Amino acid sequence: MLDLAKLARIKISDEEAENLSHEFESILKYVGEVSKFKKVNKLDKEKSPIRNVMREDGEAHKGRVGGEYIKVKKIL
Amino acid sequence: MTPEEIREKDREIHAFVEVFGEARSFGDGTLSGKTIAIKDNLLFEGHLASAGSKILEGFVAPYDATVVKKLKEAGAIIVGRTNMDEFAMGSSTESSSYGVTRNPHDPERVPGGSSGGSAAAVAAGMVDTALGSDTGGSVRQPAAFCGVVGLKPTYGRVSRNGLIAMASSFDQIGPIAKSVKDVETLYHIIAGQDPLDSTTISDKTYPASKKFSKTIGVPEFSLQNEEVKNNFEEAVKKFKSLGYEVREVNLENLKHALAVYYIIMPAEASSNLARFDGIRYGFHKEGKDSIDDYFETRGAGFGQEVRRRIILGTYVLSSGYYDEYYGKAVEARKLITRELRDLFQEVDLMLTPTTPSPAWKIGEKKSDPLEMYLEDIFTVHANISGCPAISLPSGFSGKLPLGIELTADLGREDNLFAAGKDFLNENG
Repeated sequence: MLDLAKLARIKISDEEAENLSHEFESILKYVGEVSKFKKVNKLDKEKSPIRNVMREDGEAHKGRVGGEYIKVKKIL
Repeated sequence: MTPEEIREKDREIHAFVEVFGEARSFGDGTLSGKTIAIKDNLLFEGHLASAGSKILEGFVAPYDATVVKKLKEAGAIIVGRTNMDEFAMGSSTESSSYGVTRNPHDPERVPGGSSGGSAAAVAAGMVDTALGSDTGGSVRQPAAFCGVVGLKPTYGRVSRNGLIAMASSFDQIGPIAKSVKDVETLYHIIAGQDPLDSTTISDKTYPASKKFSKTIGVPEFSLQNEEVKNNFEEAVKKFKSLGYEVREVNLENLKHALAVYYIIMPAEASSNLARFDGIRYGFHKEGKDSIDDYFETRGAGFGQEVRRRIILGTYVLSSGYYDEYYGKAVEARKLITRELRDLFQEVDLMLTPTTPSPAWKIGEKKSDPLEMYLEDIFTVHANISGCPAISLPSGFSGKLPLGIELTADLGREDNLFAAGKDFLNENG
């Protein structure tokens, strides 16, 4: 659980990790029923009429921004 | 109500995170003189926007959400931002970083969620209408718990430019009001294609293939709560007395909708919420180095439910589990959508209760996340398929309101409004 939290870049306590592992057990048991689904080939051909496109970013937000740069700690 | 009167009334309910000092119209139109509250995940230029989270502490919206712009043009008086579950993750408004909202019908009970503040503000008469957002039932479920009308429009119908995202393939902004007529009016104001949201649809995207014929399908489901069961049977009788044909229908995979939802939603949320790193927005907690800033900020800035869902999303997307959970859920989603769309070739609408029980006591379900998730059983299919759905007040269990839900085919909000007005006797 602590490794997962590390992947998600969230600091959690040992106690929370312990609780989460119990909770995940019941949640994953419930949602795990989707594994029974068989792939339905004809559905692959169905395309949504909605598609994603990219656009330019809007104006930068305030916060830890200095001029044209985002302020971060020294890396090297 | 004036802002002072709203503040006074809100001491008991806590529907608002903030009631604005100035209450004025920004334009002149259909909503002139009408008051409206907006959920705290919608950007209103120059005002704070927190999505109920500490991590956005102090964040001021740099622009108007498209829906807010449309409200301004229509002359609405935007009176404040309403409380919500943190990042819209919850069914009770208890996970807000800004305190619990109380149900106006019983202050010991939750108003539903995540748009609990918006529903409570309308139910308590503090505003004429409100906007919420609905990712898995977050407009319809609080509307049912508070005895008001709530609509989740077709996916893509309303622009989400300026909505703080939770799960982008489900999220949709929706209106809440005391009547279907008011919900319909507000819907027509906020709907429409928007170049700033490439997922918005045009009127031609889903051409209407079937004429409204007053036919309703009821899928198979089980209910533990006797009063909800009786109330639902009464609603069926009422539709029949109004000349509707109500028949049982079989949707083989609908029962799996909740499992599908609780895989795809956390997956998308974990990805969407990666942007909250303590650098670009709001709250920041110092760590020992750059990467540790992320860990500290996200650990302290996100609440328990948000941490839980991000980590769950990380799990179902992680290599080795991706195919087993996320991959399968995406397949199942297609199947459920196909079944629903086929159903709407046969009948105009699908009818279910909105919730399996009336509003529960504050704190009652907080310790068991799965129990809370199961409350979304009747609402998530609409987000999975993109179909529009409306919750209508259908009576009471004691003093607690109950709701029924109608779902229609993609693009067929008109059928929801027609049947909704019939059910609530709004035509005479």
